[in-house]
Amino acid sequence: MKKIYPDAATALDGLLFDGMHLCVGGFGLCGIPERLIDALQEAGVKNLTIASNNAGIDNEGLGKLLRSRQVKKMISSYVGENKEFERQFLSGELEVEFCPQGTLAERCRAGGAGIPGFYTKTGVGTQVAEGKEVKSFDGEDYILERGIFADLCLIKGWKADKAGNLVFRKTARNFNAPMATAGKICVAEVEEIIEVGELDPDAIHLPSIYVKRLIDGSPYDKKIEFRMTREREDAA
Amino acid sequence: MSWDRNQMAARAAQELQDGYYVNLGIGIPTLVANHIPEGVEVTLQSENGMLGIGPFPYEDEIDADLINAGKQTISELTSSSYFGSADSFAMIRGGHIDLTVLGAMEVAQNGDIANWMIPGKMIKGMGGAMDLVAGVKKIIVVMDHCAKDGSPKFIPICTLPLTGINVVDMIITDLAVFHRTDHDSPFKLIELALGVTAEQVAAKTTADFLI
Repeated sequence: MKKIYPDAATALDGLLFDGMHLCVGGFGLCGIPERLIDALQEAGVKNLTIASNNAGIDNEGLGKLLRSRQVKKMISSYVGENKEFERQFLSGELEVEFCPQGTLAERCRAGGAGIPGFYTKTGVGTQVAEGKEVKSFDGEDYILERGIFADLCLIKGWKADKAGNLVFRKTARNFNAPMATAGKICVAEVEEIIEVGELDPDAIHLPSIYVKRLIDGSPYDKKIEFRMTREREDAA
Repeated sequence: MSWDRNQMAARAAQELQDGYYVNLGIGIPTLVANHIPEGVEVTLQSENGMLGIGPFPYEDEIDADLINAGKQTISELTSSSYFGSADSFAMIRGGHIDLTVLGAMEVAQNGDIANWMIPGKMIKGMGGAMDLVAGVKKIIVVMDHCAKDGSPKFIPICTLPLTGINVVDMIITDLAVFHRTDHDSPFKLIELALGVTAEQVAAKTTADFLI
């Protein structure tokens, strides 16, 4: 059982087909599987349905796949800061299912845990509830949301050992954690692949069972959307 | 006279209590962190997966892997923790967060809120707002009293697509503060910005409220 692949294109070999469903981790540009997204673009696979919290920004992350017109439908909670997305959506070229962020995370967690649906208060009485079953529990209304189980999940981690045990770094964990579980196969890219035994088994964020294929995608030049700083007060 | 952005944020900060876990929305709500009262310790949650948000980083500490839900770079505290999105929203949806401060485009007199879309115009999406208003114990809206065109934002019935129904507990605008004790009660005007009269507030509000 060899999980380590030399590059993103090889790691995706045999997994791609037109019309497939994907989960792609990341929050904004933080923790996005950029090597795997680039490989999707190069492979030219089309009519994709992608669950991802955001849709990248113009020409970064999933924004690249929008520009190359490979995406049929996005399932996302927030798509601001992306002109090409807005253009395709308003002209009807791109289908969008707006999904509350917590509902999207839970749909992935549930789908990955074999739970086909669950009830939540989020979205009751809003557009999100349209066409969904409403059920009352203890006098409060909840709506039925479906679990997500994709054909392929793409995630970005920090370090993984050669067995596929993986850790994330700071807020780059985000959707990568639940989305790693929410499909038939998960391909992960990390900044460093280390020897088995180098990670503390008590401190592993994603157990190896979820990571089927793995690449070292380094070096990374991580993008920042809004760079905020403060001044040092003791400058004198 | 009316309150500016910082004064509105400072007024919202007065609602913080020692030990609270708090989620702050983007814009004016983010400024609430600069006005936490002396002696009150709160932990800020960021829905992208962090408890214990620190201040903006020094230039040499900037880390692309460390951002808030507004995608701004931030720093961590010694007490911070990180987690994934499912855990983050389990906190929010499970009722573990004490207070959230959010912006809004409209609030209705029955506590409905609209803050995620203008059909045909703004299509950014709801992000975590629908989860926050459904799951957090206390919901405070901070918003300008009127829209840019002068039309009231605290109104009888929301005209924009809703974020949540009957969820808002308090409204802080540049003119006044409205509060209700429970979700069956009407809002009551409880405070005026310096130099603002109740008549001025009433003239710029179409929602019913108690004085």
